[in-house]
Amino acid sequence: MPNTTALPSVERLLPQVRELLGPKVLASHCHRGDETILVAPGEIVSVLAALRDDKGLDFDTLMDLCAVDHLPRRPRFEVVYHLVSLAKRQRLRVKVPVEEKSPSVPTVSGLWPGADWFEREAWDMYGIVFEGHPDLRRLLMYEQFEGHPLRRDYPVNRRQPLIGPRN
Amino acid sequence: MGVLNAFTSKTDALIGWGRKYSLFNYPFVTACCGMEFMALAGAHYDLDRFGAAFPRFTPRQSDLLMVVGTVSHKIAPVLRRIYEQMTEPKWVVAFGVCTCTGGFYDNYATVQGIDTIVPVDVYIPGCPPRPEMVLDGIMKLQEKIQQEKAGLLVRRTEVLPELPVPYTNRPDFARAIAENAPRRPGAEGGR
Ligand code: SF4
Repeated sequence: MPNTTALPSVERLLPQVRELLGPKVLASHCHRGDETILVAPGEIVSVLAALRDDKGLDFDTLMDLCAVDHLPRRPRFEVVYHLVSLAKRQRLRVKVPVEEKSPSVPTVSGLWPGADWFEREAWDMYGIVFEGHPDLRRLLMYEQFEGHPLRRDYPVNRRQPLIGPRN
Repeated sequence: MGVLNAFTSKTDALIGWGRKYSLFNYPFVTACCGMEFMALAGAHYDLDRFGAAFPRFTPRQSDLLMVVGTVSHKIAPVLRRIYEQMTEPKWVVAFGVCTCTGGFYDNYATVQGIDTIVPVDVYIPGCPPRPEMVLDGIMKLQEKIQQEKAGLLVRRTEVLPELPVPYTNRPDFARAIAENAPRRPGAEGGR
């Protein structure tokens, strides 16, 4: 086990990030050296573009993009972007709250082409629409699949109508 | 008549003996059970002692389909196709509890037992099964083969039911992807 007590919750990047983004940062926290900011869905593209293009922060890589279902909390979903700066060896997590009713977020596949499949996966598993995505199809499940299996209200052993009761 | 019966039972015994010690397996390995399969096929447990460890990586040259690991709904049509490509006589071993019943993967993605896709001769549960259990299963299969009465005739004549829609096999699928997938400029060189 790594000695987590040795990682102080010191904000290293957040002052710089707040200075860059100003009021677009709705909230931020730092847990044992993991720094996170919260931004509004409408701002995500401009925020990530700013973080990518800023010379001081230099977040050139989108490491991961995923979604979280917080049912019954409101807003229900969160889309999480994990940024890495390869040159500066630092990480930042950007979270976007998404409402349950017609959940949608603008796509960031224009900034990082690699976001394409991440967003397809998030659509497939959680049903979050990424507006402007070039090809938002299911990635893991088949086309005829009904529902979004990683949503908390998807019954764990629900059978798909085309597959039949046994399977 | 008695002479004929004696003759066919002797030929059945001879054919069974020949078949049970010359099982060429096709390892359909999809998940963690594959590690145990490797242990089994390696020198320590040495499946070759039973005449069943010579993997042929084409279904057309094999007569034992070893389904090793979790089978998802998306891979199910591939498994069916491989089974259909094997020539008679052919046997199927379900290796690991995932292939027997779906195991603990009672979820949205996993086939609840490969016997909904292909007929199974021997089930070997365990997660993963110990190599000794697999050896026991192979020996049980050999007993079964020895006792078969079909002789030189084709064993299985049943036609498997069509798979439901998500399972539909689309042989043109890979080509359709290759030809129609949108490519970014400059991606052609990497093809
Ligand atoms: S039975 Fe267990 S070891 Fe084998 S594939 Fe399933 S989960 Fe993996």
